Amino acid sequence: MGTVVFFIFAIMAIAAAWGVVTSKNIVHSALYLVLCFSGVAVLYVLMNADFLAAVQLLIYTGAVAIMIVFAVMLTLRGDISVSNTENRHWGWGALVAALVFIIMALVILANPDWRILATPWTSGGSAEDLSLLLLTRFMIPFEAAAVLLTVALVGAVVLAKGVKESK
Amino acid sequence: MDALNNVFVNIAYAIRGLFADPQSVWANLVMSVINFIIVVVIVVLAALILILLERKVAGWTSQRPGPNRLGPRGWFQTIADALKLMGKEDITPAGADKFIFKVAPMIIFSLPMMTLAVIPYGSGMAPIDLDLGIFYFLAISAISTVAFVMAGWGSNNKYSLLGGMRAVAQMISYEIPLLFSLLGVVMITQSFNLGVIVQDQKNIPFILIQPLAFVIYIIAGMAELNRAPFDLVEADQEVVAGPFTEYSGLRWGLFFLGEYGNMTAVSALAATVFLGGWQGPGFFPGWVWFWMKVGVIIFFIMWARWTFPRIRIDHLMHLAWKVLLPLSILNIFLTGLGIYIYRLVMGG
Repeated sequence: MGTVVFFIFAIMAIAAAWGVVTSKNIVHSALYLVLCFSGVAVLYVLMNADFLAAVQLLIYTGAVAIMIVFAVMLTLRGDISVSNTENRHWGWGALVAALVFIIMALVILANPDWRILATPWTSGGSAEDLSLLLLTRFMIPFEAAAVLLTVALVGAVVLAKGVKESK
Repeated sequence: MDALNNVFVNIAYAIRGLFADPQSVWANLVMSVINFIIVVVIVVLAALILILLERKVAGWTSQRPGPNRLGPRGWFQTIADALKLMGKEDITPAGADKFIFKVAPMIIFSLPMMTLAVIPYGSGMAPIDLDLGIFYFLAISAISTVAFVMAGWGSNNKYSLLGGMRAVAQMISYEIPLLFSLLGVVMITQSFNLGVIVQDQKNIPFILIQPLAFVIYIIAGMAELNRAPFDLVEADQEVVAGPFTEYSGLRWGLFFLGEYGNMTAVSALAATVFLGGWQGPGFFPGWVWFWMKVGVIIFFIMWARWTFPRIRIDHLMHLAWKVLLPLSILNIFLTGLGIYIYRLVMGG
């Protein structure tokens, strides 16, 4: 049962990801991304990581809505149906993606913490465990990520203000 | 009273008892299907009743009778409207992004069913008893923003697109205070599970401990629902009907059903988290208490809609980011301080 569900949603996520990079219309690309993220969220549920699945839906779907708005506002093409110009460079894209995949696969295979467990992990993964880890062992990376996001936000504000003044 | 309180739970047990093994996969499957049908019926019935109630409340606020022709005191008006809606032609604009245009209303209609599935309607009566209850509820509601953008984009109409853009700005902004306002309660109960949250309100409903959070939740919830005074998304004088402009017939009806379903879901969450859910004095069964509390909140939301004028868009953003957000963070801080002092005093 679990395996069938896994393959349905894994294939859905991969097909949607394919749609993201091949779609000529940038809005369609963004909407395929929603489908892809939702498929990944289901995979998280199958791995007993319910909290991560909910976060995946909460953060990424909202972000995609914002992304569509920016995609529509910042597209300079007259016709939206050929707006996703990046998909012409698919050869380079495939190369970069392959390299990233190889690096990640190497890291995962080299790290014993990432091995597939003999028995499925049932305990842990709850919000409580996660918050404890975030505020003890992973305190510094967590705060660093928060600072990074703040910097990005301030940067965006500065950029937006600059545009206004130059007009 | 106990028998009346547990009537639905006992029916569920009886249905399970029909199987050779009451906990088998098939029994679970049948119960899931029954629960699903019940939630769908709740959404559709809620819409039928609420549309009429809305028009009655509108009449009451503006001192006119409201619908009063069809049936006793006009109670059959919605049924006639629904029949008319089904008979209307389904028009897809020639320039529309057809697939997106057609899928958007379905998503909007399916979301309240997904959120209402985790609400405990009575003692042990949650269709799905989810440990991540509140968080799941918020995660699913976040998807509705995308559905509004899809409707606005797919219609290929400038007013629809503007409405969709407004939906993004408004719903993303108000999602944050909405989420933060619920954190105080989660801090007190130490659980996301809605059943546990209701159980913890046995002695005192959380509205008395978290009054600020309740006010923030109701305001942000009304904004999430895109209802007046926060109805900029579908403001008729500015953007015709926003994302719904090009929709007709049953597709438009799905939007309408979705809106009232969402209103029920937001009110049900407020009743569960702040008003004690199915807890109440023993002279009514728990599920009656629950729906009475939901009804009070729905009436309040409708009352506010027909009383206040539409808020300006800069005021809308100002309210979310400069008033509600700091207040909700202050609420989290005060709650943490309160819990700390409570533990010091109680020695726990």
